[in-house]
Amino acid sequence: MISAILAISLMALFFGLLLGYASIRFKVEGDPIADQIDKLLPQTQCGQCSFAGCRPYAEAIAAGEAGINRCPPGGETTIQALADLLEMDVVPLDDECGIEKPKTLAVIVEDRCIGCTLCIQACPVDAILGAAKQMHTVIADECTGCELCVPPCPVDCIDMVETKPNPNTWRWPDPDHIDLKLGGDND
Amino acid sequence: MPLSRLSSPFLSGTNRVTLQMLQLLLALVPAVIAIVYFFGPSVLITMSLAIVVALLAEALMLKLRDRPLKPFLTDGSAIVTAALLAIALPPLAPWWLVVIGVLFAIIFAKHLYGGLGYNPFNPAMIAYVVLLISFPLEMTTWLPVTTLSEHPLDFSSAFQVIFTGQPGGSLTIDALSGATPLDAMKTQIGLLQIPSDIVNQPLFGLFGGKGWEWINILFGIGGLYLIYRRVISWHIPVAMMIGLTIISSITWILSPETTGSPLFHLLSGGTMLGAFFIATDPITAATTIKGRLVFGAGVGLLTYIIRIWGGYPDGIAFAVILMNMLVPLIDYYTQPKVYGAK
Amino acid sequence: MTDNLASFPGGLVLDGQKKRSTQTPIRQTPLAKKLILPLQQHIGEASEPIVKVGDKVLKGQKIARAEGHVSVYLHAPSSGTITAIDEQPIPHPSGLSALCITLETDGEDRWIERQQVDDFTRLSQHEIRQIIREAGIVGLGGAGFPSYIKLNPGVHHHVETLILNGVECEPYITCDDMLMRERSEGILDGIEIMIYALRTKNCIIAIEDNKPEAIAAIELELPKRPKLKNTKVVAIPTRYPAGSEKQLIEVLTGKQVPSGGLTVDLGIVCHNIGTSYAIGRAIKHGEPLISRIVTVTGTDVKHAGNFETLFGTPMDELLAFCETKRHPGEPFILGGPMMGYNLSGDHLPVTKTANCILVGVDNAAPITKPLPCIRCGDCASVCPVGLLPQQLYWHARAKDLEKTQQYNLFDCIECGCCSYVCPSKIPLVHYFRFAKTETMNQQQETLKADNARIRHENRLERQTLEKTEKEQRQRQRKAALAATKAAKEKEKMLEQQHTDNQEN
Repeated sequence: MISAILAISLMALFFGLLLGYASIRFKVEGDPIADQIDKLLPQTQCGQCSFAGCRPYAEAIAAGEAGINRCPPGGETTIQALADLLEMDVVPLDDECGIEKPKTLAVIVEDRCIGCTLCIQACPVDAILGAAKQMHTVIADECTGCELCVPPCPVDCIDMVETKPNPNTWRWPDPDHIDLKLGGDND
Repeated sequence: MPLSRLSSPFLSGTNRVTLQMLQLLLALVPAVIAIVYFFGPSVLITMSLAIVVALLAEALMLKLRDRPLKPFLTDGSAIVTAALLAIALPPLAPWWLVVIGVLFAIIFAKHLYGGLGYNPFNPAMIAYVVLLISFPLEMTTWLPVTTLSEHPLDFSSAFQVIFTGQPGGSLTIDALSGATPLDAMKTQIGLLQIPSDIVNQPLFGLFGGKGWEWINILFGIGGLYLIYRRVISWHIPVAMMIGLTIISSITWILSPETTGSPLFHLLSGGTMLGAFFIATDPITAATTIKGRLVFGAGVGLLTYIIRIWGGYPDGIAFAVILMNMLVPLIDYYTQPKVYGAK
Repeated sequence: MTDNLASFPGGLVLDGQKKRSTQTPIRQTPLAKKLILPLQQHIGEASEPIVKVGDKVLKGQKIARAEGHVSVYLHAPSSGTITAIDEQPIPHPSGLSALCITLETDGEDRWIERQQVDDFTRLSQHEIRQIIREAGIVGLGGAGFPSYIKLNPGVHHHVETLILNGVECEPYITCDDMLMRERSEGILDGIEIMIYALRTKNCIIAIEDNKPEAIAAIELELPKRPKLKNTKVVAIPTRYPAGSEKQLIEVLTGKQVPSGGLTVDLGIVCHNIGTSYAIGRAIKHGEPLISRIVTVTGTDVKHAGNFETLFGTPMDELLAFCETKRHPGEPFILGGPMMGYNLSGDHLPVTKTANCILVGVDNAAPITKPLPCIRCGDCASVCPVGLLPQQLYWHARAKDLEKTQQYNLFDCIECGCCSYVCPSKIPLVHYFRFAKTETMNQQQETLKADNARIRHENRLERQTLEKTEKEQRQRQRKAALAATKAAKEKEKMLEQQHTDNQEN
């Protein structure tokens, strides 16, 4: 009886030490979790999550201070990806933050722009070009569609335009989502 | 012409799952006739029972899983599973053995894994192994071939044996039953008899067990038909037979007094059924060309190892299941070379 | 003639159905009232319009110029007036629209002045390429890559062999076949020019052996050309997809184009038969590419055949000309039945890559839901590239895009052999196309997100830098102020001392 307990304990100790050693010896140098979360966020930098950009939100998630459902631009896909990464349950988007909308681009109506530079200061990714008293314009490729430039504009000359699919960016639809009647292999 | 396939190709070959299954059943016919000739008509009763139960179980599971009945009941896969299991069972297997086996195959080995296409193990062989482990007595009670039997089984007594357990009249099951040649070989080698003497007994024929050799040859012919019709490829059967031949030749040359000849092993038990009809089940076998060679050879080697050193007289079912487990690994390491790869 | 041909793995022997459209000679499609000309009919950058709405143009006049390196010019296929430059539905599987120039024809079909070159050897290779570029010539086999680029191997490559692809392996299509039968002279004109432009000697004209008339027509013409003494016709076995560039090279040479490499790495350049005809027309007759031969065929077409059709001609007009059982709005196939696209719009224009319009096929793929994959491996055994479609399918369905790339998804040529043989009737190619565009899109999005992150980080960095600089400046100013104050005080003190001393 005693010897059995002793033997098992010794074995437990031995394997425990082995596992402990292995976890140090073969430690995987991974990205810190905040980096991994940041990579999954859409980098819109819109602040709808109530944090000052994607990175601070990622850090808040990593610290357990914020839910994974606070990113409207990322929407369901991002929540799914975050849930996979963090091994959490998928939760619906927090509608306090906003709703998932199709992707948009900011377009400045050039006739109305007075060149006040307020939008330039608001843009988180420096995607607006212009100088004081000069007409401004949005670099379409760099715009993330965050809408942060819209409220500061004193003459309301920024429109958010939905990005239209074009033949070059068109994607084949998921065959599993095409509705076909189940008829088997005959007829 | 309705054309709602979104993506090309808009043409399609004539190959169909149902067609493949039907051809497989067709290829079984000659050997089944031989089984009836050598062991009486009980296999037909067993097979009919198995097919009915299989279709009912399939329908039940499809309903429970909320899948459409028509395409999956008509694909023929349940019928094939039932037929293969019925052929593998001993001729005197009682009805409940058949029912348990088929239910286990369809419900556990097939549908609980996701149904057609998703089962990692061959359902018929899983059922066979479950029965063999659970009911060893019933699973090893075979008949001697009709020509050797004093009491050849006719249709009505076969029916009685299967459904009541009694052959009727004054006969008992024990009076009817006998060992299979593989069984006899194993037991008698255990009793230190020499294989070359053993095969002179009436239980043995020209190359293998009497009757068994012809059944095996007919399974082989059915298999060749399947290869000709491209239902199966030649790789698995050939690799399996080569694997079995190589290892049995080696041990036969090294110690002829303790093992049967390679030909005996090729034409005994379920070798040919296994090689052409069971190991080739596409769902559970390796899919790459090289992988199929590895898979087949593995089945051949394991079959022999289990026959000679294992606790059971035949090893096809175990060998196939063991190799099924290795399939993802085999497929991963035998990917073909892609065009232009260095 | 069948000297040492190699072969490629997999492939299919298909019912060619070619006789349907080879019974009548090539005919002219009637001039349409309105021609719709998409600005992008080729791989690369869309062309840039150089005409305005209301401009009168002549047949063959340039209406859009090449934008960037991988681009070509576009020409008015007939004379008339430009009536619109706007978005119009284009023949694309998406059914989307793109920028097009609309030309209302005046019925006069008046040519612009054409510059004919009788002896092209007086021109430099560079000049020839420029003419070909300005003639708007792209690969007419289907891909539509600007041809002038493929005639410029660069200084680092020596072209050993020019391969002319007259294989036309897809069922139903016969436009190259008929072109070879009827216009072998024009094709050989083009080959002479291509050989000169590539500075090569050897040329192989590869034709599938199910086109004996085409082989005979080329072989009849070939001995009359002293410049083409190192050119030979090779009949290759009929097996789909032998006409795919890489598979054709494997058949002819036994070599494989290295993964990620180009054919020119093997010293080979491949061009389509139709392209060489267009090049011959452009140099010898000064005619830019404004029309092509289109096969109109299928089980629902009454007068199947081949039609020389101006670009921009609405496909429904061409179909009406051939009389089909198709009702307006019903789908049809552009291209062959194995690799073509399912289109359903009605006023879609014929473009440079439109080789075939197919209405109705025998043995059509079923549109019912497929059965599960039974892992039979038939797809892998017919794959000409050596992929494992059943594994790709598995991962594509699970949306495990990374795994699909490990199984070399992007080496798939979408030939359709796997879907064709699948006993469960799974639309495998659709899954692969889905996974491909999905992957490309994700890569694009990651790229964009990374870019946004970097720009945002740069901005934050700049802002903090500006802030610290501002603070520093303020501090400096304060310090300076303090220093002057101190100095003044010191002066004062000194003065005080001085006065004190004086007083003392």
